[in-house]
Amino acid sequence: MVENRRYLDLLAHLVLIFGIAIVAFPIWVTFVASTHADVRMQQVPLPLMPGDRFWENLTITLFGSGLAGSETAPVWRMLLNSLVMALTIAGGKILISLLSAFAIVYFKFPFRMGFFWMIFITLMLPVEVRILPTFEVVANLGMLNSYWGLSIPLIASATATFMFRQVFLTVPDELLESARVDGAGPMRFFWDILLPLSRTNIAALFVILFIYGWNQYIWPLLITTDQDMYTIVMAMKQMLETSEEAPRWNIVMMTAILAMLPPVVVVIAMQKLFVQGLTETEK
Amino acid sequence: MAGIALSDLRKSYGPTEVLHGIGGEIEDGEFIVIVGPSGCGKSTLLRMVAGLETVTSGEIRIGDRRVNELEPAERDIAMVFQNYALYPHMSVFGNMSYGLKIKGLSRDEIKTRVEAAADILEIRPFLDRKPRQLSGGQRQRVAMGRAIVREPEVFLFDEPLSNLDAKLRVQMRLEIKKLQRRLGTTSIYVTHDQVEAMTLGDRLMVLNAGNVEQFGSPIELYERPETIFVAGFIGSPAMNFLPVSLLDDRRTMQIAGTLQVVLEAQVSTGLNDLTLGIRPEHMVEASDGEGVLKINVEVVEQLGAETLVHGTLSGNEHALTASLPGVRRIEAGSEITLAVPGDKVHLFDPSTGKRLG
Repeated sequence: MVENRRYLDLLAHLVLIFGIAIVAFPIWVTFVASTHADVRMQQVPLPLMPGDRFWENLTITLFGSGLAGSETAPVWRMLLNSLVMALTIAGGKILISLLSAFAIVYFKFPFRMGFFWMIFITLMLPVEVRILPTFEVVANLGMLNSYWGLSIPLIASATATFMFRQVFLTVPDELLESARVDGAGPMRFFWDILLPLSRTNIAALFVILFIYGWNQYIWPLLITTDQDMYTIVMAMKQMLETSEEAPRWNIVMMTAILAMLPPVVVVIAMQKLFVQGLTETEK
Repeated sequence: MAGIALSDLRKSYGPTEVLHGIGGEIEDGEFIVIVGPSGCGKSTLLRMVAGLETVTSGEIRIGDRRVNELEPAERDIAMVFQNYALYPHMSVFGNMSYGLKIKGLSRDEIKTRVEAAADILEIRPFLDRKPRQLSGGQRQRVAMGRAIVREPEVFLFDEPLSNLDAKLRVQMRLEIKKLQRRLGTTSIYVTHDQVEAMTLGDRLMVLNAGNVEQFGSPIELYERPETIFVAGFIGSPAMNFLPVSLLDDRRTMQIAGTLQVVLEAQVSTGLNDLTLGIRPEHMVEASDGEGVLKINVEVVEQLGAETLVHGTLSGNEHALTASLPGVRRIEAGSEITLAVPGDKVHLFDPSTGKRLG
């Protein structure tokens, strides 16, 4: 172990503070920008201390509809869209992955390993690779500009299936046998034994997948044409594309702050379970 | 309550047959111990009775029902697993009541049964705890409690004590025995520990390489082992085996050219070369003279109540162990003289391993 010396402590703290400063500075600038008036943001040097327009900017951003011209939906609507999409993706991924991992680990059926490898191979195919055929399918199903269109194509998840498979493999066989002796059928075993045992893993995965869903950019961009279905991440980009006037930085930055909040809340709220889920091995 | 009948049970994994036709009748209320070295198929046999392994051929009957095709839950059995297999996320109460809940018993009935079982096993104070907050012995009790509350026809135990320390194992062994007496439930208990087998079982089924070597009471197995395998497996320290030649009178045997043992009766066999078995505790110290074995002592183990002497036969280097009562002052490297009483020897056919006479 490292020796416990005073100057080493000091050095460690300096390094950490330096690191935090690098990470936090852009966020600080974003926050500061969101508290100033529109005009102030056009002047150089940019402010580094917060201004007094926070609440005003917040109200305009959330409920005002005149950001870039008058076509954009208010930000609360985009936040809601993003939230619905992220929750559906995370929930759907977890549900589908749990069930497919359950099938692969606990049932014997022809080509079982074949299916497993098919799922596994799709790990190498990100959304962008299959984006055109997927768009075609979603369009033909009439799911453009809907929550289903936003989330369903992103739900299948090889990563999560693989992770749950590994989790289930660590559950001792005797638990299954003991449940069989107790008279539990397959779904009962799944619900009463497997799910509670995978609780922390589910939570960890939820955090990761929620952020994954929240940060989706290219897919929502492709399938939403209706302003009311825009997600916040893609909308922010469009706020910058104002043709006639300069972007209103204070509003854009306020939107950025709002877009960052939900993932932060999810991480903080589920931090304990998240860490347990990634590190705990004892079953 | 019900008896169990096994007839010509076979189990194959692919082309490999691991059980070669196991048969046996188990009476209602009997405590049967299946014992054998690891890999002999004893756990497989138990799991077939439980319904956790499929039966390749043959039949298992519990009571008057053929259970081959039934799910474990339909066989009216309860099983105690080696590593307890408690549900880690449920409380002790949850663990014990899970099967009853699935059966659809009423809340009150479940509570009564679980509490009654908890009282028998003295785990009432732990009902709200999680398994990880319990010691090994307590977990063992919970696992047994889970079996008891089901009030099954048959208890199945799969090496339930092997994860406990030696002292606790002896204590739990006694408790299992008492519990089984008290409930009178037919039980099958699998172990590789022959002391556990001898103390627990009304009858023992000795398995070796997928075959039943002998099925009988502990004392039968000790006094009249049918095969060399059973003779060597039952009893501790293990029986000594010596190659002997039978003289023409069919009663006198010569060991290593020196010792002669005279049997009580003639042996009716055409063979001249036999294997003689003698238990260490049946060898007696003797003075020099006719019919004695001279042993070069190599190691002496003082156990207090008895003294174990390990050595080799003078003249032919055959290893022998003798157990002499009490404390003896015997030096390693010395020579002692032992006699083999004719009425305590077991004779086996060396080629088939079967008992003679």
